[in-house]
This record gives sequence, structure tokens and C-alpha cells, in this order.
Amino acid sequence: MHSFGHRLNGLLTFSVTILAIMCAIASLSDNLNTPSPTAEIKIMNINWFQKQPQGNDEVSLTMNISADLQSLFTWNTKQLFIFVAAEYETPKNSLNQVSLWDAIIPAKEHAKFWIHTSNKYRFVDQGNNLRGKKFNLTLHWHVMPKTGKMFADKIVMAGYSFPEEYR
Amino acid sequence: MDWQGQKLAEQIMQIMLLVFAVTAFVAGYVLGSFQMMVLVYAGGVTLTGLITIPNWPFFNRHPLNWLDPSEAEKHPKPQVTVISKKKGSKK
Repeated sequence: MHSFGHRLNGLLTFSVTILAIMCAIASLSDNLNTPSPTAEIKIMNINWFQKQPQGNDEVSLTMNISADLQSLFTWNTKQLFIFVAAEYETPKNSLNQVSLWDAIIPAKEHAKFWIHTSNKYRFVDQGNNLRGKKFNLTLHWHVMPKTGKMFADKIVMAGYSFPEEYR
Repeated sequence: MDWQGQKLAEQIMQIMLLVFAVTAFVAGYVLGSFQMMVLVYAGGVTLTGLITIPNWPFFNRHPLNWLDPSEAEKHPKPQVTVISKKKGSKK
């Protein structure tokens, strides 16, 4: 510690190392959080259900999505990325997942919400398997931290099905 | 800074940084604010820097007694005499 520059270098190195350790501990503290999220999706209307010229089924639906995701927020949470996906099985694919809607929730106050919306992204099948098909709607979320590990989880809601005929 | 001062500066720096780190983390966690943790820690780093980096007088309480230049001339450095060895002797 014999010179100004030497002491300055020591201070900067040590302080940044300690900051890295603090961020690691902050990230570990997220594991202490036990979240209890709830969600509900109601399909208000099937707007239309057609077979495209290429041969693929397409459907447009209006949903009412309501959720309480406030318990997912911690002091180390920057934002929550959520999306709704439809899941179903076809002869060609054992699992199809189609993302219908997503949003970013920037703060805990906005995490308890409901939204009445049509699907943000088009719901197109690989083929024409959707008539009468049963499907699940899952709400996925990614808890994006300010520093450290990102957690992701989902709620599966089953019991939805397509109409038997095109409309 | 003298030797004792350097040691003191290093000790103060390490202890202050650790104390501020713990305080900042606890403050941030209890208040639920990541920003509070960063602000307290940044303030602590700045304060530590102001105390330990400049050459304050209290770091120089055991000054080194360098030899006075006029005194040094009276005691010249000993000369190193080179002993040349002759390899092989002529008979």
C-alpha cells in the first residue's frame, strides 16, 4: 500500500469482488420465497375457425385472462415475463405448443390483473387436426431477476376443446 | 505513508468495506429494495476511499528516519574489489 495508485487499485478490486459476492447471495435469497400464484382463463368466444388454403387449421379466439402473480415478486425481481400457450396432441406431434399471448409485468402492483383480449399471435396448426380437439391452456411465467438465476414455472388449465365443425 | 500507516490503511479499508457490505445487504433485504443496497454500498465504498487512499497525517505517525545526505557522504559505500584469477600457471 505504498502509493496512492496502489491503494486505489486495492480498494476498487476488493469492493467489486465483494459486490459480486453480495449479488450472488441476493440471488440465493430468492430461493427463500415460496410463491402462490393463481390464474384463470376463460374462452369468451371462438371468433372464427377455418382451414387455410395451404391446408392448415387456424382459429381466432377471445379470452379473458385473470391472474394474481404478486407472490412471485421478490426484492431481486426486475420483471415478470408471462405468456399463454395452448397445448394439444396430434397424430403427427405428441405435443404441440402454440403461444397465444404474452406480456411483461414490470412491478408487483401490476401483477394482479385481468385482461379481455383476442390472441396476440396466430393460432395455426401443422395440419388440420383441430376439429373437436381437446386442449390445455397454460400460463407460463419467467421471473427475471435484477441479478442471478431466473426462475420459470407454469399453471396448466385443462378442459378446453375446439368446435366440431369449422365456422 | 510509513510502514505502520500502510498496514493501518489496508486494515481500515478491508474492515470498512466488509462492514458496509453487510450493512448494505441487510438494509436492502429488510427494506425489500435492491436499489437501497447498491446505494448504501456505493456510499460506503466512497467513504472508505476518502479515508484510506489519500496520504493523511495520521498514517505517518511513525516516520522513517532516512539518513541525512551530508551524513551519508561521511560513510561511503564499501568498494567491491575484483580479484582476478589467473587460469593455468606457466612453468
